[in-house]
Amino acid sequence: MGLGSDMYRQQILDHYKNPRNYGELEDPTFSHVGENPMCGDEIRMDVNLADDGETIEQVAFTGDGCAISQAAASMLSSELQGKTVEELLEMDRDDIVDMLGVDISPMRVKCAVLAEKVAQDGAEIYQGDLEKDRTTTED
Amino acid sequence: MSHQNLESLDVEAIREEFPILEREFDGQQVVYLDNAATTQTPDAVVDAMSDYYRRYNANVHRGIHHLSQEASIAYEEAHDRVAEFIGANGREEVVFTKNTTEAENLLAYSWGLNELEPGETVVLTEMEHHASLVTWQQVAKRTGADVEYIRVGDDGRLDMDHARELIDDETAIVSAVHVSNTLGTVNPVAELTELAHDHGALAFIDGAQAVPNRPVDVDEIGADFYAFSGHKMAGPTGIGVLYGKEALFEEMEPYLYGGGMIRKVTFEESTWADLPWKFEPGTPPIAEAVGLHAAIGWLEEIGMDRVRQHEEELAAYAYDRLAAEGDVELYGPEGGPDRGGLVSFNLEGVHAHDLTSIMNDHTIAVRAGDHCTQPLHDKLGVPASTRASFYVYNTREEVDKLVAALDDARQLFA
Repeated sequence: MGLGSDMYRQQILDHYKNPRNYGELEDPTFSHVGENPMCGDEIRMDVNLADDGETIEQVAFTGDGCAISQAAASMLSSELQGKTVEELLEMDRDDIVDMLGVDISPMRVKCAVLAEKVAQDGAEIYQGDLEKDRTTTED
Repeated sequence: MSHQNLESLDVEAIREEFPILEREFDGQQVVYLDNAATTQTPDAVVDAMSDYYRRYNANVHRGIHHLSQEASIAYEEAHDRVAEFIGANGREEVVFTKNTTEAENLLAYSWGLNELEPGETVVLTEMEHHASLVTWQQVAKRTGADVEYIRVGDDGRLDMDHARELIDDETAIVSAVHVSNTLGTVNPVAELTELAHDHGALAFIDGAQAVPNRPVDVDEIGADFYAFSGHKMAGPTGIGVLYGKEALFEEMEPYLYGGGMIRKVTFEESTWADLPWKFEPGTPPIAEAVGLHAAIGWLEEIGMDRVRQHEEELAAYAYDRLAAEGDVELYGPEGGPDRGGLVSFNLEGVHAHDLTSIMNDHTIAVRAGDHCTQPLHDKLGVPASTRASFYVYNTREEVDKLVAALDDARQLFA
């Protein structure tokens, strides 16, 4: 079997069917929305920072889309808790692929990194380093 | 199913002309069902292009030497062949472009920007490809014209009562897709052109999904303009066609300027070459024109009536098999003369991109996405769909493999 079948290992399907941290935070420190126009995936990430203004305390997401995009958002939402904003901003595509633990076929990488991009843009907007309404994987 | 009962295609013999169909990935032979995106290219077309490069490659129009003469004649004759194939009056009515999209842009820039006036309407359909939808949107914004859309009914067919309401004396042009690349619907284009003409409007038909798989006669349709691409009809990429009535082309300004499209140039001004060269500046797609010529010959040898019959039968078979599954949602009319050779669908609970990835595990090539019809997908209430599209080399067995692969997706996502 090719890359595709490996893509749908149990862990991915489990996060897709039973997403963790699904929902919205009541009063998030920052919140941001983005989309992957290729698949029509959409993700909203809500983040609460601890009082130090650095540490990610709580993450929630809502969204709609393919299994890869939604599972990645679910896994990232758990992964980010306890990390600093700086650590979030340092994450790249390889970190997401490692987190998913499967080979992502080239045409589906955008699905995988959508949640990460949304969280990163949300953090940068919060820090005043970026002006943007929505994130898109086409940028 | 078919209304013709012509002799069926010898698919096995046809397949021998497409070595790519023998390719295997992970020990599985490719099942190519992405023909609405691009078709495969038979040896006859590859050979014709290779022969051009090996024997008579040269630039056209300006050369006095032997090679340029041969290349020029081949390039010009390709226009004649296309004209004959679609029922145009001659090469003056056949402009080569890069693809259907560029043909559409040529019309929109050359005719649209110069002729459209505030208050006039451009009437499209809700099933237009972005190639025309986005282009007319932009031209309308610049000219102050309005864009209106003929509704698509729940059955995937155009609401012709709505068409009769929208097309009125304010209408400057009707732009409609002949066969929908998403719904598969074969639209009543002759009726639409007649409606347009009744109100003094022009009619442009996007035939990208029609010319490859059915006999098309622009004169019978009554189209003022008609466009299609080479690579969806067993020909090469990089060449498309804009047909236009000679009198209209005569009146239109060039869209692109440069060499090859002029008659006389001074430091102050220029005059334009004869049709169709006026619209073909710069070095044109010569090898691609040779390839398109060969593709037309190859298709006509099969017979376009038989191509249509094969496509209709496969689409009807795929539609019925998928409809029998119970958890498959299908879009567009059921199989028959109103459906071209494609079927778009969704499997309940599985996103189209996931399904398409799983199909790829079986080396089945289908397409997932919005197929460049985002507003139509919004209307259908789905972000994307999976599309299986057929051509002369596809078989029922391949459709069976597609249907069988659904089980994998069901098991994974259950």
